[in-house]
Amino acid sequence: MAHPTRRTILTTGAAALAAPALLLSGRRAAAAGQVTVLNWAGYGTDEAWAIEAFREATGFEVVHDYFSSEAEMLTKLRTNPGAYDLVAMNSARFPEAIADGLLQAVDLSAVPNAAEIDPQLQKLADFGQDGTNYAVPWVWGMTAIAAREGLTPAVDSYAVFADPAYANRTAFNDDPVIAIGVGALLTGQDMNDPADFDAVAGVLKSFKPNIRLLWQSEDQWNKSFAAGEFDVGIYWSGSTVRSKRNSGLPVEFIVPKEGAIGWVDGLAMPAGAPNPEAALRFADWMVDPDFYLRWATEVGAPASANARAIAALPADDLSRKVHDPAHLATISFMAALPDERRQRFSDVWQEVKAHYAL
Amino acid sequence: MRSEGATAPAHSRPESMVLPAWIGRTALLAPTYLWLALAVFLPILAMLAFSFMAATPSARQPVVWTLEHYRAFIDKPYLVPVALTTLRIALVTTLLCAALGFLVALALVRSVAGRAREVLLVLILLPFWTNALVRTFSWTMVIRDNGLLDLALGPLLPEGATAGFLYTRAAIVLGLVHGYLPYMVLTCYIALSSIDRDLIEAAQSLGARWWTVLGRILLPLAMPGLVSGAVLVFVPTVGAFMEPRILGGRVGMTLGTVIEDQFTQAFDWPLGASLAFTMLLVVLGIMATFAGILRRGGGLGLAR
Repeated sequence: MAHPTRRTILTTGAAALAAPALLLSGRRAAAAGQVTVLNWAGYGTDEAWAIEAFREATGFEVVHDYFSSEAEMLTKLRTNPGAYDLVAMNSARFPEAIADGLLQAVDLSAVPNAAEIDPQLQKLADFGQDGTNYAVPWVWGMTAIAAREGLTPAVDSYAVFADPAYANRTAFNDDPVIAIGVGALLTGQDMNDPADFDAVAGVLKSFKPNIRLLWQSEDQWNKSFAAGEFDVGIYWSGSTVRSKRNSGLPVEFIVPKEGAIGWVDGLAMPAGAPNPEAALRFADWMVDPDFYLRWATEVGAPASANARAIAALPADDLSRKVHDPAHLATISFMAALPDERRQRFSDVWQEVKAHYAL
Repeated sequence: MRSEGATAPAHSRPESMVLPAWIGRTALLAPTYLWLALAVFLPILAMLAFSFMAATPSARQPVVWTLEHYRAFIDKPYLVPVALTTLRIALVTTLLCAALGFLVALALVRSVAGRAREVLLVLILLPFWTNALVRTFSWTMVIRDNGLLDLALGPLLPEGATAGFLYTRAAIVLGLVHGYLPYMVLTCYIALSSIDRDLIEAAQSLGARWWTVLGRILLPLAMPGLVSGAVLVFVPTVGAFMEPRILGGRVGMTLGTVIEDQFTQAFDWPLGASLAFTMLLVVLGIMATFAGILRRGGGLGLAR
C-alpha cells in the first residue's frame, strides 16, 4: 500500500513539477454537498465502492486531488487555501502544517467512531498543539523484525543483529531514520532525538559481522529471503503480511521488547475547508469498521487506528495478527525531525555504512 | 566538376555582396550551442550553484552560501576509504574491460569476416540495449548462493559449498565489467580495423612471432582505441551507484551511492552536488596524469 513515510522526500523539484497541477486543482470550485480529499492515489479514500456507499448514506459527493510526495501535498495546501476539505497526512508532517496555519482544529466529538480510536494514537504529540487536536488518526504500521519461522531461541530483541549465532545471516534497512531508530531503542534512547549519537553509532557498528544485505525495497527483501540468504531482518509490518500471504514466504513479524518503530497517518482538515461538516463525516466513514473490513480484506490496508475495526477482521487474518493493538504500548512513532537532526541522522548512518563496507 | 561558377573563389566577390563570414558561422552554430547550453551547461551550472548552498533551498529558508561542503573529505574522514575503494573498483573494472575488450575486438577483426562479424558485433552490443537494472538483477540470480552458478557447477562443488559470490566487491566488478565492456570493444574494434593488414604480413614475413606483432604493432596502433575506451569505462564506473547497491550488499558503499543517498535519502542536495564535483575533479586529475604519461609513452614508441 502507499506508505507515505517511505516516499522519497522531494521538495524543490516536486514543487516545480507540481506547478502545472496546481493551476488545474486551484480551478476546482468547492461545490456544496461535495468533499474534496487530498491524498495519495489508491490509498483508501478513493475506493469507488466506499465513495458510492458514502454518497448513498449522506448525499455528499467525494472528489479527489492527489499528491505524489509529501512536499507536494504541503505545497498544494499552501497554494490552494479553501480548495480541500480533508487531507491524509503522516503524523510527522503535522507540526510543520500546524505551525504554518494550514490546518484547522478537529473536534473529535463530531466523529462518533473516534471514541474507539486507540488512546495511544489519539494523544500522539504530533497530532496536536497547545491542547488543540488537529487529526482523526486513521491508519498505522510498524517497522520491526521479520524472521524465518521457527527460529530457536525465539528472537525478542534488536540485539539479534549483534548475536554471533546470526553471523552473516541478517538484513538491515538502508534508511537513516530506521537505522538510527534501532540504535537508539537498543541503547534506551528516544529514537527521534537520541542524546548520545556515539552510543548509537557504536551499537550499529557492532552489527557488522551479521549484516549480509542492506535492503531498500520490499522486492529486494523478499528475493533475498526466498533465496535463503538471511534469517532475520528489519522489515515493515504490511510487507511481512504480503510476503507471507502473497509469496508464501515462511516469515513471521516480531515486535521486540524494545518496541517497534511506528508510523501513523491522520486525516486533517485544511484551514478554510469549504465543507468541514461533511469532511468530518467522511473521516468518520474512513475509520468505520465496515469500511475497513472491506478495504483490508479485498484491497489490502495498513492497520486501522480504530481497534474495533481491526477486531472486526477474521480471527485468522494475517494483518490482524501482525497489527495487534497491544504493540501500541511499546511502539515509538517517527516524529518530525528538524533539518539539522535529519542531517545528523544521515551523517551517522553514512559513517556506519562506511564501516560496514571496509 | 569544373565550371565557371564553382571555380570562382568566394573571397573574390565584391565585399558589399556578402555578409561577413562570422555571421553565417554564428547562425549555423547557434542552434547547436543553444542546445548544448540548455541541455548540458544549465543543469551542471545549477548543480554547481547548489554545491555552494548551506542547505537545500526551500520556500521556508533564505539561501545561504558556503564552501563547507567542499571540506567533506576532511569533515567526514570515513569518506576517504570509501573514495579509495571506489577508485580501486573503477581501476580493476577498466583493466578487465581493456584486456577483455581488446581480445574480443582482435578476434572480431582478425578471425571473423563479413556477415558473421556484424552478427557478433550486434550480440556484443546486446547488453547495451537491455535495461541496466534488469541486467544487474539478472546477475543476482546467477551468483547468489544456490543460484544458477551453483546449479551449473553443482557436481563439481564439494558438499555444502557454494560458488556464489553475491554481496562482494567481485560481484560489483562483474556487474560493471558486463555493463561497460561494449564501450571498450567498440573503440578497440574501430582502432584495430583501421590497421593496415600489410603491416602485420610484413612483420610476419620478416620473422616476427605473434607476441612481437601484438606488442610492437597491434597494441601501439590500437592505443588510441584503448585509451578512449578506458576513459569511457573509468568515468562512469567511478560514479556508478546501481551495481554497488544491488550486487554489493554490506560492502556496496561507493562514492556513487553516497551521492545518491544525499539526493534521495538525506535530502542534502548541496553535499551531493559538491561530492559529485569533487569526484569530477579527481577523475579529471587522473585523466590528465595518464594523458601525459601516454603521450610520452606514445612518443617513445614512435621514436624507436
